Amino acid sequence: MCLALPALVTDILPDAMATVDLGGVRKEVSLALVEDVEPGDYVIVHVGYALSKLDPEEAARTLALFAEMAAAGDAT
Amino acid sequence: MTLDLKNGRIDMSHGAGGRAMQQLVEQLFIKAFDNPMLRQANDQAMFDAPAGRMVMSTDSYVISPLFFPGGDIGSLAVHGTINDVAMAGARPLYLSAGFIIEEGFPLADLSRIVASMAAASREAGVPVVTGDTKVVERGKGDGVFINTAGVGVVPDGVTVSGDRARPGDVVLISGTMGDHGVAVMSQRESLGFETTILSDSAALHTLVAALVAAVPGVRVLRDPTRGGLAATLNEITHQSKAGIVLNEAAIPVREAVRGACELLGLDPLYVANEGKMIAIVPPEDAAAALAALRGHPLGSEAAIIGTVIADDHCFVQMDTSFGGRRVVDWLAGDQLPRIC
Amino acid sequence: MKYVDEFRDGMLAKGIAATIAAEVQPDRRYHVMEFCGGHTHAISRYGIEDLLPASVRLVHGPGCPVCVLPVGRIDAAIALARQPGVILCTYGDLLRVPGSKRTSLLKAKAEGADVRMVWSTLDALKIAQDNPGREVIFFAIGFETTTPPTAVALKQAQALDLRNFSIVCNHVLTPSAIQNILESPEVRELGTVPLDAFIGPAHVSTVIGSAPYEYFAEEYRKPVVIAGFEPLDVMQALLMLVRQINEGRFGVENQFARAVTRQGNEKAKALVAEVFELRKTFEWRGLGMVPYSALRIKAEFAAWDAEKRFDVPDVSVPDVKSCACGAILRGVKKPTDCKLFGTACTPETPMGSCMVSAEGACAAHWTYGRFRETKTA
Repeated sequence: MCLALPALVTDILPDAMATVDLGGVRKEVSLALVEDVEPGDYVIVHVGYALSKLDPEEAARTLALFAEMAAAGDAT
Repeated sequence: MTLDLKNGRIDMSHGAGGRAMQQLVEQLFIKAFDNPMLRQANDQAMFDAPAGRMVMSTDSYVISPLFFPGGDIGSLAVHGTINDVAMAGARPLYLSAGFIIEEGFPLADLSRIVASMAAASREAGVPVVTGDTKVVERGKGDGVFINTAGVGVVPDGVTVSGDRARPGDVVLISGTMGDHGVAVMSQRESLGFETTILSDSAALHTLVAALVAAVPGVRVLRDPTRGGLAATLNEITHQSKAGIVLNEAAIPVREAVRGACELLGLDPLYVANEGKMIAIVPPEDAAAALAALRGHPLGSEAAIIGTVIADDHCFVQMDTSFGGRRVVDWLAGDQLPRIC
Repeated sequence: MKYVDEFRDGMLAKGIAATIAAEVQPDRRYHVMEFCGGHTHAISRYGIEDLLPASVRLVHGPGCPVCVLPVGRIDAAIALARQPGVILCTYGDLLRVPGSKRTSLLKAKAEGADVRMVWSTLDALKIAQDNPGREVIFFAIGFETTTPPTAVALKQAQALDLRNFSIVCNHVLTPSAIQNILESPEVRELGTVPLDAFIGPAHVSTVIGSAPYEYFAEEYRKPVVIAGFEPLDVMQALLMLVRQINEGRFGVENQFARAVTRQGNEKAKALVAEVFELRKTFEWRGLGMVPYSALRIKAEFAAWDAEKRFDVPDVSVPDVKSCACGAILRGVKKPTDCKLFGTACTPETPMGSCMVSAEGACAAHWTYGRFRETKTA
């Protein structure tokens, strides 16, 4: 399950809400389930709620790993 | 007595056939659409029959919300029917417009819609020559419903029909997919989101004319409205008893449309368009077709997106940008936003 | 779109596919169950199976909460929607699911019931606030990803003292489902279903963390890799699983490290624990009664529990006899093994859970994959 997308937090709003941007589309979501979120962070959004913050370092590491794994195939 | 177009509302007398209705027709409809045939104020419009094959099409417009970024029910009603006529390769000549208005509907909104229709009709060069007005009781209509019908004439040597796609033919699209559906959805209360996406609602008859002039042998033309590109291509494969293979990477979709679709769990291939068309042409004409489309303002982002193949199952298949292949299925109903 | 497009790169996919092909051992089979509707969808939509060697077989498990919702619960939702004055809110996925007697929430809406699709529980709360004279019922479904949003809605309803809002709770638990599959006779004793490894769900894991899977990996000696649900994530996870299987390891690895930690989302978990408790048993369509696999609302929140406020019928409706969903959900059979697939059972006329939602194994195969069966024709 579950349809959830990484979106960029652009503004923090009152009542634990925030505006997020996904490819230029902006929507309001709830921050009730996360902490310490600031504009510029990426969060995973599901059914109108941010579920977790995306760790940019881990994301970069994963991407690097993809490239490594892809290259391993060529090497063999 | 003049209508109060600012604060007035439609009431049952406006549909009753008496003086109130006459006022509405004269001061709003005839004034806006203004042309010689309409000014005759008969129950019908008379014109000489053009030579050649005629086409006729009708469509009813029930869209909600009535006003959306890039258009409204009025302009949509004009563009949509002009396009249905144009998809036969025809030159549209005249339109009719029938209104079913709910009691209590604000005259200010009605004027806005009619002004928008009139502008669209004038810009397209296709006059509204006859019409009808009815009023239904409060609660029995969603503000306003509009029906438009159109007639046109097909140039000699042009035969366009959904059953004419042949293996080897090339499939083109005139521009980006999903704009209209996303623009409308952004206004829906339960899905509301902010976006700069505008509906692509537009009259395509001059684009069609440009294409037909360059490629008179064009086989199929259709505008992917409800159900999007996916539904329309499936209709065509079944009519033509063939298959289609698409190249996902070649299908143009605006970034914001992709974002909105991702957010809602929708596939842009199934989202409605109101100002785009699919063209299927013989392979030797593909380059000329692309050039003709791209040379027109409404076709600047045109692209070749696939090929017709022999296929008893009439599948629409797609080579994904990821590298695998999938079927682009024919959905039973509307795509619904999903959570999983 | 950042953090999305990079994870869908076709060139990298080819590379990883080549690596997988190079590393699979010739006399070994790799049967991997993916347990997440999002993964089933990604695999079908991107045609990932086309990129894998024949010895890697993907089995679709019961990871779709719509699919495993029993028919009886759909009937209950429809019955509630039909009650005068009720506004029934739910997610879009549920609207077309058929109940018994060929009804559905969408059809009930056509007949006059006030059924509204919402994107979020926040919308349902707003509807309740905007319609004080109506009873607003939110029909909640989903695994652990979707449960915390329902918990927030419950707390908000309490804070606002909303008297006209209640929830039907059908939230189910991932580890229980995995256990049920692993405990089934075919897998445990007979070994007839070769299940060698699991791809762990992406977003469920952001909430529950990677820790809960450690028990399965150890107890059943099957490796688990938690994968993000972009297609490259799935490819990478498959390679990681192939390596574990080759090396005889059976641990829990986290491919989705950019969003999943070992502990998960403590705030969300705490909220869920505050308002929900375990049901002793719950019916899963296709799997039967599964112990400790679902949640219900705690007594202190009874004022917002639709099952306490309304007469919610509790009838178990069996599936059609020839329906092979139970076997398909456990990976024992494939959609094409089912007598009803493609004939009586299609996405328009689904007979069982696997066809009912776009993520069900049968629906995914029908929508995206059935051309493969006929490719040689």
